[in-house]
Amino acid sequence: MALLEARGLVKIFGKLMALNRAELTVAENEFHGLIGPNGSGKSTLMKCVAGAEIATHGSVLFAGRDITSATPAERARAGMSLKFQITSVLPALTLYDNVLLALQAQTSLSSLVFSRTRGVLHDRVMAMLEQFRLADRADNPAAALSHGQQQWLEIAMALAPEPKLLLLDEPTGGMSLEERRVTGELLQPIKKKCSLVIVEHDLDFIRDICDRLTVLDQGSVLDCGSVREIQSSAKVQEVYLRRA
Amino acid sequence: MANLAVSPRSRTAFGWQKLPIIELIVLLIVAVLPLVLQDYLTVYATRVLILCLFALSFDLVWGYAGIMSFGQAVFFGSAGYGVALLARDLGITSIFFVLPAGVLIGFTFALLLGGFLLLGRHPSSVIFVSLGTLTGSYAVDRLARGWYYLGGQNGIPSFSTMTLGSYEFEEGAVFYYLALGFLILVYLLCRFLTRSQFGLALAGLRENEQRISFFGYKVQHLKAIIFSLSGAIAGLAGSLYAFHEGFVWPNMLGVVMSTQVVLYVLFGGAGTLIGAVIGTVVIESVSFWLSNNYQDIWPIILGVLLLLVILFRPAGLISLVLSERERVGNFGRPPKKGSDGAP
Repeated sequence: MALLEARGLVKIFGKLMALNRAELTVAENEFHGLIGPNGSGKSTLMKCVAGAEIATHGSVLFAGRDITSATPAERARAGMSLKFQITSVLPALTLYDNVLLALQAQTSLSSLVFSRTRGVLHDRVMAMLEQFRLADRADNPAAALSHGQQQWLEIAMALAPEPKLLLLDEPTGGMSLEERRVTGELLQPIKKKCSLVIVEHDLDFIRDICDRLTVLDQGSVLDCGSVREIQSSAKVQEVYLRRA
Repeated sequence: MANLAVSPRSRTAFGWQKLPIIELIVLLIVAVLPLVLQDYLTVYATRVLILCLFALSFDLVWGYAGIMSFGQAVFFGSAGYGVALLARDLGITSIFFVLPAGVLIGFTFALLLGGFLLLGRHPSSVIFVSLGTLTGSYAVDRLARGWYYLGGQNGIPSFSTMTLGSYEFEEGAVFYYLALGFLILVYLLCRFLTRSQFGLALAGLRENEQRISFFGYKVQHLKAIIFSLSGAIAGLAGSLYAFHEGFVWPNMLGVVMSTQVVLYVLFGGAGTLIGAVIGTVVIESVSFWLSNNYQDIWPIILGVLLLLVILFRPAGLISLVLSERERVGNFGRPPKKGSDGAP
């Protein structure tokens, strides 16, 4: 059974139809890339899946449950996690507190008030910071990190609650070539733990880490298949060549 | 042998934490004040301590949770009116009844107003909450002014003093220490709460509400909880204030009082608790001194002073001595074994 199914999503902003019957299906432990030219609806589709936007028509099923009109918090509690396109770590807080904030989200109110899970979560916070090579700066404010490190911190925050599905919107945006390569390395180990939907302009990066791709053009799905199938798709090449 | 290793939480990049030292100095000063002040100044200082309690309630919602409440006086004043009515109409003045009643009244009003403004399906905007609370404060003020039962424009004058058994709490040193006791108690409670994991959630709410909703936080619930708690604290302050002054009047509920508490916290520094206390003490002390020495123009001088601080020190007076890192604080990391574990 698919973990995520977005069916016939339509999203209209005023007179603009950003999504036109878009479809997305993601299996468990699958790394799925969303690609397409600028303005093709990738980020809008991601937002409709994450709950940042509610689709005008269509439905979103997650783990067999209809979450079309669920709030972002309800989706997060169901096991979905998002990294925003624009880095949104909490700059005044330390790296440690940023990750703890993500981890403790589903702790009960009384446990939060009496800090009952502080000790239990400590090791998980540090493990996550280690995984993303940020442990030595755990007590620094997030504002002191470089852009690339802030992106890693935000991925760490999104991954910390051990979601079933991780949504990454342009995780390598603004990164150097070396930082992109490291980001790819950092994402590989999570393949056994959760599914991933990733929006990314860097096609080499997408090709290296994804199992399947969905190509969007003008709000509709142009093609969907394995990386190899998409690479040899005449329709996809035509769209990219046309835009180029 | 004591291990001298310290955790990152016990010191800043520039040395030892200054916040506990400031808190201790303030505590020592306020603890000895009645011993050195003339009686009439002790009465004035008691009023200031109660206003500090009121300022803590606003610091909790604005400084920690980022909720701009321009209606904090609703909870302060409604509790004042509530206990005044209990004393006037039912003759109930026992401290064991009137103060919990004041807390309950403040909490209930905050829960009702907060429920209306904050508990929508989607998070409310700062503007919506600011204007909603401002309107609430204005409406309750007008209601009190026009309601004969509440004394109209004159309020409720001359009701009985608060009692503990046969002892009557008259204004003076005993009332001062009673107010100080409650201030310390509430301060410690707020300090505990804001340094806990709940405090971290509040910091997330203040810094980026949308982000934390994507982690799974029910941000509307968090806001309603902290808003109601702050209402309870304002209610405690309002009931103490009513018995200290011996009368209540519509200004206690209105926009002026609501704005005054905003100024206390902005002036001292939001989000540190001690900033709210310092802001209240400085504004009230300077107002007192100016009004005695420059009777005609003191409000103008005070206004300019407030503007200068807010323009040049937007983080308040406390930012003169505390770094941003120390003001924000750390929330989660447990102290290393053997460290002093200063929170």
